[in-house]
Amino acid sequence: MIPTHWFLILSAILFAIGVCGVLTRKNGITIFMSIELMVNAVNLTFLAYARQFHQIHGLIFVFFVMAIAAAEAAVGLAIFISLFHHRATIDVDEANLMRW
Amino acid sequence: MLNHLWLIPALPLLGFLLNGLFGKRLGNGFVSLVGPLSSFLSAVAGTVAVLQYHHQYPNGDRHVDVVYNWISSGGVGADLAFQLDPLSIVMLLVVTWVGFLIHLYSVGYMAHEEGYWRYFSYLNLFLAEMLVLVLGSSYLVMFVGWEGVGLCSYLLIGFYYDKDFAVAAGKKAFVVNRIGDFGFLVAMFLMFAYFGTVDFAKVSQIASGGVEPGLVTAICLLLFLGATGKSAQIPLYVWLPDAMAGPTPVSALIHAATMVTAGVYMIARPNALYRLAPDALMVVAIIGALTAIFAATIGIRQNDIKKVLAYSTVSQLGFMFIGVGVGAFTAGIFHLITHAFFKACLFLGSGSVIHAMSGEQDIRRMGGLWKKIPITAWTFLIATIAIAGFPPLSGFFSKDEILASALANPYFPDLGVWIWAIGTVAALFTAFYMFRLFFLTFGGSFRGTQEQEHHLHESPWTMTVPLVVLAAGSILGGALTVNHFLEHWLELPTFEVSPARAWLAMIASTIVAILGTWFAYALFGRRGLAADERFERRAPAVARTLENKYYVDEFYDEALVTPLERFSRFLWRGIDALIDGILALGGYVVAAVGDLLRFLQTGNVRNYALMFFVGVIVFIWIFA
Repeated sequence: MIPTHWFLILSAILFAIGVCGVLTRKNGITIFMSIELMVNAVNLTFLAYARQFHQIHGLIFVFFVMAIAAAEAAVGLAIFISLFHHRATIDVDEANLMRW
Repeated sequence: MLNHLWLIPALPLLGFLLNGLFGKRLGNGFVSLVGPLSSFLSAVAGTVAVLQYHHQYPNGDRHVDVVYNWISSGGVGADLAFQLDPLSIVMLLVVTWVGFLIHLYSVGYMAHEEGYWRYFSYLNLFLAEMLVLVLGSSYLVMFVGWEGVGLCSYLLIGFYYDKDFAVAAGKKAFVVNRIGDFGFLVAMFLMFAYFGTVDFAKVSQIASGGVEPGLVTAICLLLFLGATGKSAQIPLYVWLPDAMAGPTPVSALIHAATMVTAGVYMIARPNALYRLAPDALMVVAIIGALTAIFAATIGIRQNDIKKVLAYSTVSQLGFMFIGVGVGAFTAGIFHLITHAFFKACLFLGSGSVIHAMSGEQDIRRMGGLWKKIPITAWTFLIATIAIAGFPPLSGFFSKDEILASALANPYFPDLGVWIWAIGTVAALFTAFYMFRLFFLTFGGSFRGTQEQEHHLHESPWTMTVPLVVLAAGSILGGALTVNHFLEHWLELPTFEVSPARAWLAMIASTIVAILGTWFAYALFGRRGLAADERFERRAPAVARTLENKYYVDEFYDEALVTPLERFSRFLWRGIDALIDGILALGGYVVAAVGDLLRFLQTGNVRNYALMFFVGVIVFIWIFA
């Protein structure tokens, strides 16, 4: 059987990639995808532990996270569409009205 | 009626509410009905109450009608209560009936003015407050009326609010009166503190029962400070001449006949206290005498018809204070009554003259009005003779009684002679300046413009009827003294005047009245304005000093107003700015820090995200 820590390492790598994506990308959609990557890295962690301890809680949590991620995607995409209406771009650097 | 004394002030108060709330919408006809009618009903109600009182209390006891218990706190209490006794009745009858006549007169005089409804609502309110003042059964209720009439005086002086001088005069009256009110208030505090009551009768009773003489003297002097404010005595008289900026009927009602005499009432009412404090009485008499002569001399050189009458009022009030000050309370009140008649008549007459002259007030541009406005002229002449002190008109009796009492007073006999002498000289000046005014206004030939001459007309009946009634009062007012009627009826403390002194005072009064009139006739009756010019040439310094009212206003400005203003400015610009600065410093610091920190808000989502992750890493670093 594959040891649990392999899953955890993979999960950490995926999370770090997600973080880098969020921090470096300008395109809103790309940032969004990076966030999805981070969410799924967390899901992987949940599943790895659920498998190790033979408990169902982790699996339930994963379903929650997926549901929330879906809702978040809906809201996020709506925001980006609205942003695109106003600015004709989804470059997040352009949406800087709330600064000093 | 006796158990509903509150109705007497409530009726004009109702008139005030009706005129004030609906007068503008319902028009001048409505106001002309409600204004005089409410004062008339109040006068009738007052008279009915007086008749019932006379029937029920033939001995002149005090009738008290408690409306409700106002303050009740431990040992201290005060009722909202009205009372009727001979002194209140005198004031009540003078205030309501003279008040009604002046309301009637105002209908004609104010007919063409803006804010007719406003005028009548103020006038009604004044009447209500004045009635509270004279009917109140304690110093506290009296104080309510006292402040109320002060407010109405302020409102009516500043009635022409688009004129700067009227507004300034109103403010001056209000501020100067505050100084007096301070005295009244402190006197009441002393009564509360030491006697536990402010009821007229109880205070007098406790004080007579033997208390520290210094306390009584202090209360009396503080009350007198209040009186000098309201009744325009030295040193607080300065507001009254300026108060002439108000409409003329107001000058007649408030600033001659009723409100300004409240101070005299205020000395006569607690006469039991004053008799325990001869020192206070002496102060009252001295101030009265000084004011009488001081204002009379100023009156000689004034050219505004209303200013002359204003200084005359100050001077006559001085006479009243001589009366109450030497302990002749009846004489003081008697002069108050006769003065209400002839001075109201003079003021209303001057109003009629101003009306006829299309608003002109300067007597140098009048003259020769005798034939043009005969009713005004005759009534004015009668009132002038009355104030000058010719027997048998009312002014003679009351003034003579005051001067004789000064001569004979038992409290300070040595000083009494001097007060009598000063008063007699003041009476000489009175006759002189009043007849100067009369000759310059009605004698000689017309000195105004042709247009004014063309417009000359006698006033409508609403104005002449009050004049005639008041002139009749000026003639017959002296009858009150027949058989010592007023003296027996008022039952105020008095003293015997020996026949020799009474004759001396009477002969002296008559002589000065004749002398003053003769001088005025010889100078102004014959030469007209030339007499004034000759005075100016012969004694320019004296003439200018009198014309500028001894520079008292300027002195007050320099000595009090300017330093106070400077001090206020210092507090405003100096102290207040410092305190504000210290407090504002905290705000500035916060704002400055915020100014720096706001640069963290880049508006760049990825920057925020970076900070968020850095934060998480730091957090994990610390706790892991």
